[in-house]
Amino acid sequence: MAESPAGESRAYYDNHDSDYERRAVVFSADDLRRAQVRIAHEIVERNHGATDVVLVGLHDRGPEIAHRLAGAIASFEGVQVPVGTLDVAFYRDDIGIRSVRPLGPTEVPVDVTGKIVVLIDDVLFTGRTIRAGLDALTELGRPQAIQLAVLIDRGHRELPIRADFVGKNLPTKISEDVRVRLRETDGSEDTIELWGPK
Amino acid sequence: MKHLLSISDLERSSIEAILDGAEHMASVLGREIPKVPALRGKTVANLFYEDSTRTRLSFETAAKRLSADTMTFTVTSSSVKKGESLLDTVKTIEAMGIDALVVRHSAAGAPHRIAGWVDASVVNAGDGRHEHPTQALLDAFTLRRHRGPSLDGARIAVVGDVRNSRVARSGIECWTRLGAQVLVVGPPTLMPENLDGWPVTVHSNLDDVLGEIDVAYILRVQQERLGPAILPSLREYYTRYGLTAQRAEQMKPDALVMHPGPMIRGPEIATEVADGPRSLIREQVSNGIAVRMAVLWELIGSGGIL
Repeated sequence: MAESPAGESRAYYDNHDSDYERRAVVFSADDLRRAQVRIAHEIVERNHGATDVVLVGLHDRGPEIAHRLAGAIASFEGVQVPVGTLDVAFYRDDIGIRSVRPLGPTEVPVDVTGKIVVLIDDVLFTGRTIRAGLDALTELGRPQAIQLAVLIDRGHRELPIRADFVGKNLPTKISEDVRVRLRETDGSEDTIELWGPK
Repeated sequence: MKHLLSISDLERSSIEAILDGAEHMASVLGREIPKVPALRGKTVANLFYEDSTRTRLSFETAAKRLSADTMTFTVTSSSVKKGESLLDTVKTIEAMGIDALVVRHSAAGAPHRIAGWVDASVVNAGDGRHEHPTQALLDAFTLRRHRGPSLDGARIAVVGDVRNSRVARSGIECWTRLGAQVLVVGPPTLMPENLDGWPVTVHSNLDDVLGEIDVAYILRVQQERLGPAILPSLREYYTRYGLTAQRAEQMKPDALVMHPGPMIRGPEIATEVADGPRSLIREQVSNGIAVRMAVLWELIGSGGIL
């Protein structure tokens, strides 16, 4: 999920819209499509094919991106990779510090033991969501390897976590907000924008 | 939400949010490792001044599935027998460092009093004849799983000792808020003295309503709360209100049977009905864990969304 210093994803955007302004369009719909296709190729290249690969998207928006990547892999590699979804709310380390709620079901259709699991999220920020995702995932089995794919790496890591596949490295200020909108989740054209305080 | 004391404190949307949360919990319970670290480091104390096995075990299991520590304080093994007051007992438990206190007491309103004394969150696990909100929520959750997303239009007959039943009181509040219609069925002596403002219709003949209801919710006859003047003959009561196999056949083909337990097989509900295809009784018990997990998470985990 897109993290922000003070709160979570969409509710946070709405509460602050009057104080925030758009600073840049990071990805247009076409940019995003190209980045997704490239990431899909990189996943297959790195893993010498897609036979043992499972894509697991983190709520929210991760599952939709995972399905898009799986569609791309199917189109050029001819392999339908399994897609799962993971909710990390109950594994977060900020329970009790800010409001946390489950965002969707955890459903991984295959046994992940021995598989190469690629975790997928929209924005990589502090790394805390991914840390929680690693815990949630390892309760489901023991993958051969876990990799990470994100559309945007905005920096400001607080944990020793890095992404294996990145759509774009975007230097940001901590007060700024990376806002991802997808057709499937937000009902608008795909865009990724950088917003900051006025 | 700080405490769960009474269904009447909850809006429909809050009830639905808890039931949605319980769906997440049910999915946790379905995993190979049915446990998450959500409430690690939190402590849930069960304070039971009245006999209970299933509710206490259900809360204890719910807390453990969320990785909370639990302690249980029952009246039979406690200093209450030595004369300690409720206030002192509660303050003593609080001094041990707790985040939530699950309270069952024979006096109506006891959990409300306790909520005023402590910083911890208080969950009412049954107070006298007053309320039993988590039972109402787990019943709603069980029904919702069978009927789709809402209880809108469901006709639920609550059969038996409505007057003394905290399950009935909380259930009626909860299910009608979710859109159900509730019928209360039983002899006049077991109906509440004053039904003004209750969103229910009252019936004294079970056979008259069997064909039109979607759910028969059978209450236990609480002999410990009844005197001979109120219920002179238990046998006569069961003849008129026991859910026999013949009566179950009069129900609509898809009508369901529920019971909050502990049930008295035979006179109260026939074994072939209790174990039959209409019965949700076992599901009620397993869903109780998911719903209580959702309540504990809401009170001491989520950071206050409701």
